[in-house]
Parts: sequence; C-alpha cells; structure tokens
Amino acid sequence: MTPRSTNSQTPKIRVRGLSKSFGDNQVLRGLDLDVDEGESVVVIGGSGTGKSVLLKCILGILEPDSGSIEVDGEEVVGLRGGDMDRVRRKFGMLFQNAALFDSLPVWENVAFGMIQSEGVARKRARETAAEKLAAVGLRPEVADLFPAELSGGMKKRVGLARAIATEPEIVFFDEPTTGLDPIMGDVINSLIVEIVQKLGATALSITHDMASARKIAHRIAMLYEGRIIWNGATEEIDSTDNAYVQQFVNGRAEGPIEMPVRQA
Amino acid sequence: MALLQIVGRTFLSFLAAVGRLFLFMSLSISHAVRPPFYGRILGRQLLEVGYYSLPVVGLTAIFTGMVLALQSYTGFARFSAESAIPNVVVVSITRELGPVLAGLMVAGRIGAAMAAEIGTMRVTEQIDALTTLATNPYKYLIAPRLWAGLISLPLLVLTADIIGIFGGYLVATYKLDFNAATYLKNTREFLEVMDVVSGLVKAAVFGFLIALMGCYHGFHSKGGAQGVGAATTNAVVSASILILSSNYIITELFFAR
Repeated sequence: MTPRSTNSQTPKIRVRGLSKSFGDNQVLRGLDLDVDEGESVVVIGGSGTGKSVLLKCILGILEPDSGSIEVDGEEVVGLRGGDMDRVRRKFGMLFQNAALFDSLPVWENVAFGMIQSEGVARKRARETAAEKLAAVGLRPEVADLFPAELSGGMKKRVGLARAIATEPEIVFFDEPTTGLDPIMGDVINSLIVEIVQKLGATALSITHDMASARKIAHRIAMLYEGRIIWNGATEEIDSTDNAYVQQFVNGRAEGPIEMPVRQA
Repeated sequence: MALLQIVGRTFLSFLAAVGRLFLFMSLSISHAVRPPFYGRILGRQLLEVGYYSLPVVGLTAIFTGMVLALQSYTGFARFSAESAIPNVVVVSITRELGPVLAGLMVAGRIGAAMAAEIGTMRVTEQIDALTTLATNPYKYLIAPRLWAGLISLPLLVLTADIIGIFGGYLVATYKLDFNAATYLKNTREFLEVMDVVSGLVKAAVFGFLIALMGCYHGFHSKGGAQGVGAATTNAVVSASILILSSNYIITELFFAR
C-alpha cells in the first residue's frame, strides 16, 4: 500500500511525550508519534509493551499521566463528556477479541454506533448494518445470530463491520490477526486494506504479527520501553540496521531486547 | 509494631474502598437522572429484576407466611393468645420479613447476575467498546439497572406481602382451625398503612443497594474468569450485609421513639 496524501500540514493524530504508568509499572515513557491523514501506521512491539495503552489513551479510555494528544490539531487530553464523545465519533476501533456486545444480535452490534450516538432509526440502521456486513463478506443470515454463535474469524469480521459502520475518519486495529489461523489472518488483513482504502480513512494498528504489519502498513513504528525507537516506511524495515527492529522482525530470542520472564 | 501496621493498613484500604464506592455511586446517580435514557434497556432490566424474580420471591413469601403462623401458634397456645396470630403474621411480613427476605433472594439472583454480566463485559473489553462508540457506560449499563432495582423491589415486596399473608391464612384456617372471616377481619384491623409503607421504603433502598453492588463489583472486576467470579461473590455478600444493616437503620428511623 502507498499513502494517498502525506502533504497535509497538521497530522491527523499527533502524540507528544505521552507517559502512562500503572502503579510502579511505567508503560509509556514520553512516546512521540505522528499519523498523517490517509496514512496507515502500524505500531509493532512485544507483548506488554503498552501498545494497547497507546490506543486507549488516544480514545480517552485511559487518562495519560502526562503528554499531549492532538486529533486534527485539537488537544484531546483532558476532554470530558460530550466534548470527548464528539472526538470519539471520528474513530472506529476493532478490538483484539472483537469485544462484541453478547447481549445483542450481530446486526445491533454493527448498528450500535448509528442507533445510540447518531440517533439513526432502528429500521434504517438495520439496513445499513446489512450493507456493512456484506462489505466484510458476511451473509445476511448472520445478522440475527448472537456473537456467541460465531467463529473467531466471523467475530473479527463483525467487529470490523462495527468499527466502520459510522464511516469514521480514523480506524484503530488492535491485534487484528490474533487468534486466527494464518489464512484467515491474511483474509482479515486484505479486508482491512480494502476497507480503509474505500473509506479513505486514517488507520493506526498495533500488532506483533509481522506478516500483518507488512500487509496493512504504509509506515511501521516500533515501540520499545515506552518509546518509539524506530519508524520508517514499510519497505525499509528489512534494510534497517537497528538491532532492536532486526531482532523483532526476525523473531530471535537473542539480541538487545530482553523479554521479562516475570512481570510485576 | 507489625500488628499496628496491619491494623492501620487495613483501615486505610477500607476507607479507600468506601471512598471509591461513594464516588461510583454519586457518578452513577448523576448519570441516572440526566438524559439520554435507555428505555429499551430499562424495560429489559425491569423484566429481569422484577418479573422473573416473582417465582422465587413468591415461594419465599408463601412458606415464610405459613411457617410464621405455625410457629406463633405453638408459642402463643401456651398462654392462650392464639387470637394474636393474624396480627403477628401481618406485621412481621409487611414490616420485616417481606422486604428482607425478598431483598436477600433478589440479591442472590440479580446482584450476582449483574456483577457477572458487567464483569464479563469489563474483562472482554466490551465496556471499552461502548466508550469508543461514544456511549457512556454509566448511562447505558448502570443507570437502567439502578432504576430497575429501585422500581422493581417495592413491587415485588408488595406482591410478597400479599402472598405471605395468604400463606399465614392458609395454615391458620386449614390446619389450625381458625375461622376464615375472623382471621381476615383481624388481619385487616391490625394492619396499618405505616407497616406497608415502611416495608416498601425498605424495598426501594434494598433494590438500589443490590443493583449498586452488582454494578460496582462488576464494573471494577479484573483478571478474567476468576475476577468475574470474585466480583459475583462480593456483590452478593456485600449486598446482603448492606440489606441487613440498612434494614436496622430504616426500622430505627420509622419506629423508634
């Protein structure tokens, strides 16, 4: 994939000096990241390095200890209530295990954002949900099933349909291929590429799956010890001499990155 | 020294827990009284808390009323005060046993269900997903449950009062050979509005507390299945203790002089 527009002045998302700790465990330590409009950035990094925390800080689910997050040039740290919800409507997110509401049928999951926060009538929202389900390759019969009746791959598709249902400007993907077999993983990756392109959305994904990162990213950034230690175009990732990136990309146990065996 | 430390630390963490609970409660209430309201979810919760609890509460009430008549007979017969049985039954049921037993049964049924459902939503990121979809989880998940508890429990207790008194009547007339008309007349004459009203006020408080405990423990559960299990247990235990202790306080407020 190649980025369509990288010439806009303000980045869609600009993160500066983001820090967040949980008790004694400092997860993010002054993280900087820019995501330009229409660009697809993938943040890679080991488990427990704070990739999800980054996304949750941007969405206002977690409150950062310090630092600044700007969306379209607007500072979002410290926004509350209706102001934060206004910003959140720009976002769609595919959660790691889809996080579908299991008390609601599939179509209502997909239509949730339309019904609850945009006030679309249920009947119309249902029609739109059916279109979105078709867009992620699900048959109309699925609409009346409950999430518990779906396979892992189908859940991801429904989660994807829900994430794009309100046609957000920015879509987040949290480990989109986790828990899927390699083939289904690739299907989901292709779907993400296709959908993001069709929406013209900005995408920020986090993953530790390099195949996924290569497929969906214009640009890859590596998170290590709470900071972005490397960032460059997807093609550059194999030619970089950064030892941390090399170790991660090649999946070697030996190298500068030490895996904490026990975490506090 | 170590003992003092333990005492101090326990006390401090207790205060912190109470503070967290009060913060949660005031936040929940402030969201529960402001729009948007989710009528659909409130309806579903009313059905869940109120309607589907009817069999459990009804069975509890009828057997309580029956055993009450039987027990007071064995006691009162010793000094030939059998005629007081309808009075004992009606006052005990409306003032105390109706609200408390219904409250405890509903705490087991509903407090546990709420904690488990909200707890599972928490650990599977469904609550984060709600927030991301610009829907406030306090308004969407907690407010309807608090309202449902507050509204359903008085209605349940009113039903329990009627069924409980009927249970006492059954035992008294069919087993203890009371005259049916006299029994009913005594019941009606002795019953005061305040008995029922105090019971319903208790029920409303209990309903609120049950829902609050279920939501609070579910909302703050962490760590997968085990965390949800712990939240469920804590919700039931804390709701039961709060029911019993607030029952005393409300009784004191209503009837002490």
